[in-house]
Amino acid sequence: MKEDFWREMGLSESEYELIKEILQREPNEVELGMFGVMWSEHCSYKNSRNVLKQFPTEAPWVLQGPGENAGVIDIGDGQAVAFKIESHNHPSAIEPYQGAATGVGGIIRDVFTMGARPIASLNSLRFGSLKSKKTQYLFSGVVSGIAGYGNCMGIPTVAGEVYFHPSYEDNCLVNAMSVGLMNHEDLAKGFANGPGNPVFIVGARTGRDGIHGATFASEELSEASEERRPAVQVGDPFMEKLLMEACLEVIKTGYVVGMQDMGAAGITSSACEMASRAGTGIEMDLAKVPRREEGMNAYEILLSESQERMLVVVQKGKEKEVHSIFAKWGLEAIVVGQVTADGMMMIKEGEEIVAQIPAEALTESCPRYDRESKEPEYLAQAQGYDLASLPEMEDYGKVLLTLLGTPTIASKEWVYSQYDYMVGTNTVVPPGSDAAVLRIKGHNKGIAMKVDGNSRYVYLDPYRGGKIVVAEAARNLVCSGAKPLAITDCLNFGNPEKPEIFWQFKQAVAGMSEACRVLETPVVGGNVSLYNETKGEAIYPTPVVGIVGLVEDLAHVTTLGFKQEEDIIILLGITKDELGASTYLSVIHGLEAGKTPEIDLEFEKQVQQATLELIKKGLVVSAHDCSEGGLAVALAECCMQGKIGADVALTESIRPSSILFGESQSRIVISINKSKIDSVLQQLKKLQVPYKVLGSVGGDSLNIAGSGWKVNVEVAEMEEKYREAIACLMKG
Amino acid sequence: MKFGVVVFPGSNCDIDCYYMVDQILQEQVTYLWHADQDLHGVDCIIVPGGYSYGDYLRAGSIARFSPIMEEVIAFGKKGGLILGICNGFQILTESGLLPGALIKNRSLRFQCENTLLRVEQNSTPFTSTYSQHEVISIPIAHEEGGYVADKETLDRLEKEGRVVFRYCNEQGEITPECNPNGSLNNIAGIINEQGNILGMMPHPERCAEAILGGEDGKRIFSSLLEWWQGGAGR
Repeated sequence: MKEDFWREMGLSESEYELIKEILQREPNEVELGMFGVMWSEHCSYKNSRNVLKQFPTEAPWVLQGPGENAGVIDIGDGQAVAFKIESHNHPSAIEPYQGAATGVGGIIRDVFTMGARPIASLNSLRFGSLKSKKTQYLFSGVVSGIAGYGNCMGIPTVAGEVYFHPSYEDNCLVNAMSVGLMNHEDLAKGFANGPGNPVFIVGARTGRDGIHGATFASEELSEASEERRPAVQVGDPFMEKLLMEACLEVIKTGYVVGMQDMGAAGITSSACEMASRAGTGIEMDLAKVPRREEGMNAYEILLSESQERMLVVVQKGKEKEVHSIFAKWGLEAIVVGQVTADGMMMIKEGEEIVAQIPAEALTESCPRYDRESKEPEYLAQAQGYDLASLPEMEDYGKVLLTLLGTPTIASKEWVYSQYDYMVGTNTVVPPGSDAAVLRIKGHNKGIAMKVDGNSRYVYLDPYRGGKIVVAEAARNLVCSGAKPLAITDCLNFGNPEKPEIFWQFKQAVAGMSEACRVLETPVVGGNVSLYNETKGEAIYPTPVVGIVGLVEDLAHVTTLGFKQEEDIIILLGITKDELGASTYLSVIHGLEAGKTPEIDLEFEKQVQQATLELIKKGLVVSAHDCSEGGLAVALAECCMQGKIGADVALTESIRPSSILFGESQSRIVISINKSKIDSVLQQLKKLQVPYKVLGSVGGDSLNIAGSGWKVNVEVAEMEEKYREAIACLMKG
Repeated sequence: MKFGVVVFPGSNCDIDCYYMVDQILQEQVTYLWHADQDLHGVDCIIVPGGYSYGDYLRAGSIARFSPIMEEVIAFGKKGGLILGICNGFQILTESGLLPGALIKNRSLRFQCENTLLRVEQNSTPFTSTYSQHEVISIPIAHEEGGYVADKETLDRLEKEGRVVFRYCNEQGEITPECNPNGSLNNIAGIINEQGNILGMMPHPERCAEAILGGEDGKRIFSSLLEWWQGGAGR
């Protein structure tokens, strides 16, 4: 075999030697292609799996943890929620519309494959500076791609986050999450059980699109990446809608043994993963695979990443019934092979054997690497930056307005108004609040969900930043009146073969794991996206968390906007002199330095529990967590959403910029009816949560008084800045 | 009263409309499959929103050729009640049951937002529980919702009082600023000459419960029920 061929497949020399040892012979080109994709980082997690073992994955309410198409948690009444997040970064950087659209399509398939009807989509997006034309092109393309796919599917896109930072200029991040609802008995899994059972390919025909997408996702972007455009798949949401309806209908019959969508590495991965999970093999005739182009060879068929296809194993004898359901939805469902007992992937084309590999060799035998890790040099310097010498600003009102008009903080209405966030008639809290809440029809309960991440925190302290990602996501849910239950994570990092990057990765995962343990939100699934680098420059380390929680009673649903004159505003938690890693430093002083804010997870838990308890007792009128932009931005957001002002006094004896814009963790702003003040304060004392009564709601401006300084800004003026910022830049 | 909700491949508000009638209105409802030609004796047909047949060519252009639409068209021509919402409205114009057409929004983007509507005509079976010129709030979610028609058609619609809903502001004024999609004369919904077929871009089924932020949309369905119970059904 020529050396450049296995190298082209993304394999190393030692991996190639291992393959020869497993097969006891030279692999042919088709087999090598299969190993190439299955042993890519994207499919095998070879660089990350050992690190990911740290994540807690169990809790009494976890019905399905990592390793399946999606995680599943119990929400009572015999119902369950399936959810997962996945990246589609590289395709979106090359072809934003289709890259993002197929990212949405892929994650939706993962969820309905489990037997759940997708009821909500979320996304986490990161781009370079919005002032650049390229970012504007990528940003608008990605948003319309997500809209185009999700809207057509009729699945509401209910929450998300969008950040703009130069480190993503050439490597945008597009992470898509899907959430589905099901009854326990409909839980389907990706197992190819029962030798003799037929294996169906259903849905779209197989074409030459997306060949080697998984390998592409596992290398750095470069100028040559443009040539990878054919590795980006093209989405057809209409086809997927039909596929979803048909699959959910066929699962209800009970004839399905196992099902898996064909995502990365297409037929190869779905078949060998299903066989490997069940300890079986699969025999398949590629000549039977329906194709959309002529002249495709075995290699192309096996590695095609054409979208909207599923592999379904069905009880023998029920072929006709299954076929007729797909036919009703106008879909092809073709038997291409059967489950075997010998553990082999036996791939034929007619009579000719084209590949013969033990299924487990593809999924389990991939070497795992403990990469070298080393603390990056930038860290000590950045953390040690002397913030004490920074001058204070003269006009904090002006600073506040500037922050509100910063695209990362500004209203994302330009984005979410392009998403149908209402279809399904379940959206109780639409985009624009701390978390989205959907009601569960037929019950007085709901589920809350959110995606969150702050890469500046992680860049300046991966361990602490990792903790904060989880804590903040959970805090968002609590502010909405939900008890956080579990998370799914999307870990976007640079090239793990670089010791500094691997160090960031390990530290961040350790921090996240710690937070998941303390906050009792296990990880039930996720995705790792490494090699997010362009021309050797890595993105900021960006772990993103998707979180789901239960609203036990819809009366608990809480939003962030102030509601009524004279309501009392209370801050739970403590404001410290912490300007490090803040948006204020970055935007106003052009500094990405200092220490990431401290976080004490036990304290965090206490604040969250107290907030939820007050909400459940009906004592809270509004709740909002303090995050980017600190307390001042949080108060401004409460005013803007409530279309009402506030008068507050902030009397801490620390520098005004820290009081207003520092990003101390574990803080929540609540407002309460003034008649409830005694009872609320009594509760907080009992729960031993530090608090500060800040002032009251009213008027049409936000007035903040400190010792010797003040801020007075009209709500209307803030709103104009906040709402127009992104739209203005996009009009260019 | 018995309702039918048409299901095309790609319909995605069919479930919402079904739920609206079944759970909120608590009347009988059945799905009408696109490939069938049986209306199951329904009294009112809802053509729901979505992306019928993918809407790849032009919204609603393929759906009009489906077997069920033959029956729907015949039902409408005989005076049967038809409510087309969003993609349903597009399909009704493509089928010739309603005049004019829906073109791409002025913004060239999909838009999902709450809109205020002024009820221009409360003497229809769909709007009798609203007061004339009442301002109601019903959300839109579409990419092709700009209503257009030639001048003659538009004049006739206006003259005959067949514009049922118009986008307006909080004061009920019809201004260019409150027109979300560039519809001529701020038109959000129209009715046919006989007064039995209503097409509208906003989604009444999405605001029929207080928990979802409003109940203004429910009254279209209760109007239908009242009208039916008031004699039309007997």
